[in-house]
Amino acid sequence: MSSQNDFSFKIATVNGTGSASANTLLMQSIFRMGIPVTGKNIFPSNIQGLPTWYEIRVSKDGYNARPAEIDFVVAMNPETYKQDVKTVRDGGYLMYDSSWPLAEELHRENTTVLGVPCGELCVKTFERDRDRVLLRNIVYTGALAAFLDIDLDVISELLREKFGKKPKVLEMNFTAVKLGYDYAKKNYTCPLPFSLKRMNATSEHILIDGNTAFGLGAVFAGATVGAWYPITPSTSLMDAFTAFCQQYRTNADGTKNYIIIQAEDELSAAGMVIGANWAGARAFTSTAGPGISLMQEFIGLAYYAEVPWVCVDVQRVGPATGMPTRTQQSDLFSCAYASHGDTKHICLYPADPGECFTMAPQAFDLAELFQTPVFVVSDLDIGMNDWMIPRLEWDDTYVPNRGRVLNADDLAKLEKWGRYQDTGGGIPSRTLPGVGGKGAFFTRGSGHNLNGVYTEDSPEYKAVLDRITLKFKTAANAVPKPIVASTGNDVGVIAIGGTNGAVTEAVAHLKDQGITVDYMRIRGFPFGDEVVEFLENHERIFVVEQNRDAQLRSMLMIETNTNPNKLLSILDYAGLPLTANVVVDAVAGQMAGVQS
Amino acid sequence: MTSIAKPPVKHPSLRKNGLGLTTRDYEGAMSTLCAGCGHDSVTAALITAFWELDVPPHKAAKMSGIGCSSKTTAYFMKQSHGFNSVHGRMPSVTSGANAANRSLTYIGISGDGDSLSIGLGQLCHAIRRNVQMLYVIENNGVYGLTKGQFSASADVGSTAKRGEANQMQPIDPVLLALTLGATFVARSFSGDKAQLVPILKAGLRHNGFALIDVISPCVSFNDHEGSTKSYKYTREHEVEIAAADFVPLRKEISQEQGAAGGLTSVTMHDGSIVRFRKTAADYNPTDRGAAYTHVKHCIDKGEVATGLLFMEGGSQTEMHTLNKTVKTPLVDLAHKDLCPGNAQLQELMGEYR
Repeated sequence: MSSQNDFSFKIATVNGTGSASANTLLMQSIFRMGIPVTGKNIFPSNIQGLPTWYEIRVSKDGYNARPAEIDFVVAMNPETYKQDVKTVRDGGYLMYDSSWPLAEELHRENTTVLGVPCGELCVKTFERDRDRVLLRNIVYTGALAAFLDIDLDVISELLREKFGKKPKVLEMNFTAVKLGYDYAKKNYTCPLPFSLKRMNATSEHILIDGNTAFGLGAVFAGATVGAWYPITPSTSLMDAFTAFCQQYRTNADGTKNYIIIQAEDELSAAGMVIGANWAGARAFTSTAGPGISLMQEFIGLAYYAEVPWVCVDVQRVGPATGMPTRTQQSDLFSCAYASHGDTKHICLYPADPGECFTMAPQAFDLAELFQTPVFVVSDLDIGMNDWMIPRLEWDDTYVPNRGRVLNADDLAKLEKWGRYQDTGGGIPSRTLPGVGGKGAFFTRGSGHNLNGVYTEDSPEYKAVLDRITLKFKTAANAVPKPIVASTGNDVGVIAIGGTNGAVTEAVAHLKDQGITVDYMRIRGFPFGDEVVEFLENHERIFVVEQNRDAQLRSMLMIETNTNPNKLLSILDYAGLPLTANVVVDAVAGQMAGVQS
Repeated sequence: MTSIAKPPVKHPSLRKNGLGLTTRDYEGAMSTLCAGCGHDSVTAALITAFWELDVPPHKAAKMSGIGCSSKTTAYFMKQSHGFNSVHGRMPSVTSGANAANRSLTYIGISGDGDSLSIGLGQLCHAIRRNVQMLYVIENNGVYGLTKGQFSASADVGSTAKRGEANQMQPIDPVLLALTLGATFVARSFSGDKAQLVPILKAGLRHNGFALIDVISPCVSFNDHEGSTKSYKYTREHEVEIAAADFVPLRKEISQEQGAAGGLTSVTMHDGSIVRFRKTAADYNPTDRGAAYTHVKHCIDKGEVATGLLFMEGGSQTEMHTLNKTVKTPLVDLAHKDLCPGNAQLQELMGEYR
C-alpha cells in the first residue's frame, strides 16, 4: 500500500532526553512543506526517565484527529520496544536504534524492521556525553527525512532559525541530521511506500497549542489580573499569558500594565479572581479538575453575589489525581453545576486552539455582561498539543462589553438604585468600589434582597433567585451558537470540544459507507434555541463524549425536554484523544442493527 | 447579618475633619451584635481612625469573611463598598481587589476562627504577599455564631462557658505574623480606644500588610470566670509594651516629647511618622527578633503584650512594588493600552509557522 501525504508515524522515546524538540522539528518540517499535519504528545506525569510517545499524522485531506492506525513506529526506547512493536499496523514499518541488538522475540510478522544505529553513530562522532544523548534524537530525525522524503533544506532552515546564534551547536545538528540521513539512504530503499510530497495547504496556517492561544487571547481581551496555582495541564496557559504580558504590556519605564499572582492554592486563586473582577478588572484563572473541586465554594459566591469570574478548565483524566497527562471531557458537570445550592454556570467549549483564542474575549464579555462565572472548558489535547489552525486574526474594532456598570454620572441621574434589580433580561446593574454615593453597596453571599440588603425573608430571597434564573435564560442565546452541518437527516451526531476533528472525519467516512448523518457541535452552555431545535428535529442522536458517565447526554436531558431514548451515547474515556473509527464503528454498528 | 439603618439625625455641633465630614458620615448600619460585644468598640475606633485620617469613605473598601467579626464591616462607613465573602477567604478576595485597584484603602476585618482556623493558610500567604491592607483580627477565643466552641486562639486552661478547659496549644497571630515576616504587627484591646485608634491609623497608612490582633471579648460565650479572653482577664493582664502616636504627613511634626522608656520614630512610605513610646525600657519595635522574644516572654508570664509591637517603615516588599505594577490602578487603564492590536498579532503569527 503506497500513499503520499496520508499516513501516521509514532516516535517512542524517554522523556527529558531532548526528544521533544526533535519531534517538534519533524512536525514543523512537514508543515513548512505545505502538508497538513497534527502531533499528539502522549507523555508521562514525570520530568525525566519515563516512556513518552509522539504521534504525527500527515493528512492531505486535513484531518487532524488522532490516527486509528500507526504505519510507522520509531522505537527509540528499549524499555517499550515490546509494546511499541505491537502498535505497528499489519504491513507497517518499525525503525529502531540498532546500536543494541533487538531480541528475536520482539520481531513481528508482517512488519518491516529498519535498524539505524543512532546511538552508535553519535558515540563515534560526538565527544561529550550530553551531545551524544541530545543529538541521538537529531540522528533519527535525519533517518526519518530519508525514509519519508522530508526536505532537508526545510530541516536546515528550521535548525538555523533555532540555533543561528550558536554556530557550534548548529554545526553539530547538521552533522547529526546527515548521519541518520546517509545511513538510511545507504542501507535501505528510500523513501518508504508512504512518504511526503510538497503541497500548498499550510501557508495561511500556524501551529499552536490551545493554552498559548488562550493566554494570547486574554491579553487581547484586556485581562489585567491573572491568579493561578500550577497544575497540569493548565500551567502553560498562565505561562503564556505571562510571556505575552511581558512582551506587550511592559511600559518603557519597566512598569507593568498587569499583575499575575501565583496563589497558595486554587481556592485562593478563585478568590483573587472574584476580588479583582469585583473591583472592575478583567481577571481570570486557569486550572484543571482538582482545582475546580477546590474552588466550589467561591464559584457559588460569584454566582449568587453576581460577580464576573472567568476560569479556563484544561480537563485531564479524573477522578482524584487520575492521570494528569491524559485527556478527558469529564468536568462537564463539575463546571456547569459547580457549588452547593441551586447554581448553573455559563460554559464555553472550544474545539481547538483557534477557538481558545476567540473565546477569550467572549468569556470576559459574557462574564461581565451577565455578572457571573464563565468557564472555558478546554482539555489537555487542545491545551498542550500543537494544532494546525488558520492564522489568528484580531478585529481592531472590538470594544470590551463591560456590561451594565454604573458610574457616578449614571447614578446621579437615578433617584434610587438597587444592586440586584432587574434592568432587563434578568440582568442587574452594578457599581465598582470607589464610586460612593448611592452606588455604595455591600456584596454578600448571604441572603439578600433586590437592593442587596441582607434578608431572611422568603419572598425577598426568592425574587433574587428567580431573577437569576431569568438572567440565565437570556444567556442561553448569548453564548456561542452550535455549529450545525445538516442535510436534513433523521440521524444526528452531537459532540463537544476537542473531539470535533474525529467526529468530522467520522461523518465523512460514514458518508463514504452510505450512512449520512447531521452533525451539531455544541459550543456553549446554557443550551440555546438551535440546540433544542436539533434535538427536536432528529429521531436518533448519537452523543459523542470523552467521559464514562455520559455527562453531556445527561445535561441535554436535564436542560431540555428531549426523550432520553433517542439519545445514544458513544463514550470514549481511556485518556487519549478520540479517533474517528470509534465513532464510525459505533454509528455504523447501531445503524446496521436497526436496519436488519 | 441583619441590616438596620440608623436614623439620619444631624448634629450641627459635631466636629468636622479635613474633608468637612463628621464622624456620623463614617457610620454604618446599626450593629446586631450582642450588647457589650467587644467588636462594637473596635467598630467605633475604626470610625474615629478613618475620620481622623480624612479618608474619603467611598475610597475605602471593607472586606470580611464569615463570623461575628466579619459582620462588623456593615456597621461603619456605609459610603464604602463592602464585601462579606466566604469563611476564611477574605485575604484572597482582598488581594485580588487590591491587584485590580491599588488606589483604594483596604480594611479587612476577621476573627480568630476566620483567620486562625479555616483561613490560616490565606492569612499566612497574604502576609507573605505583603498586600497593602489593614487586617484586624477581632480575637475572642471562641466561636460565637455557632455558640461557644473553642477557637484556635483559646489559651491552654481557658474554660468554655460549660466548664471544660481547652488543652490544645493556641495559635498566637502576633507571633505567627512576626515569624512570617509581616512588616507591621500590633496587638490591642477593644476596651482601650486610646491605644487602639493611633495603631489603626498607623496600620491604615502602612505600605504593606498591617496586622492588628485586637482582644475583643465575647460577652455571650467567653466573658466568664476562667476565660483568658474576658474583659476582666484582659484588663488585669494587659501590659502595654510600645504605645504609638501616629502623625500624618499633613500635620506639622512637633518636637517629640520625652516619655517613659524613650521614643522611637519610624517614617512611613508617605512621609508620615509613627512614634513609639516604649513603656518597657528594653523594647525595640524595629527589631523583629527582639519583638518576638518580648511578646513570647509576656505570654510565658501570662501577660498580654499590647501596642505597636513591630514595624518596618518604608516596606519595599509590598505586592505592587515587587511586581512593578504601573501606578495607575489597572482598572483605570483603557483597552487601547492593553490590547496590542491586529498588526502586532500578525507579526507574532510568523513565529508559529
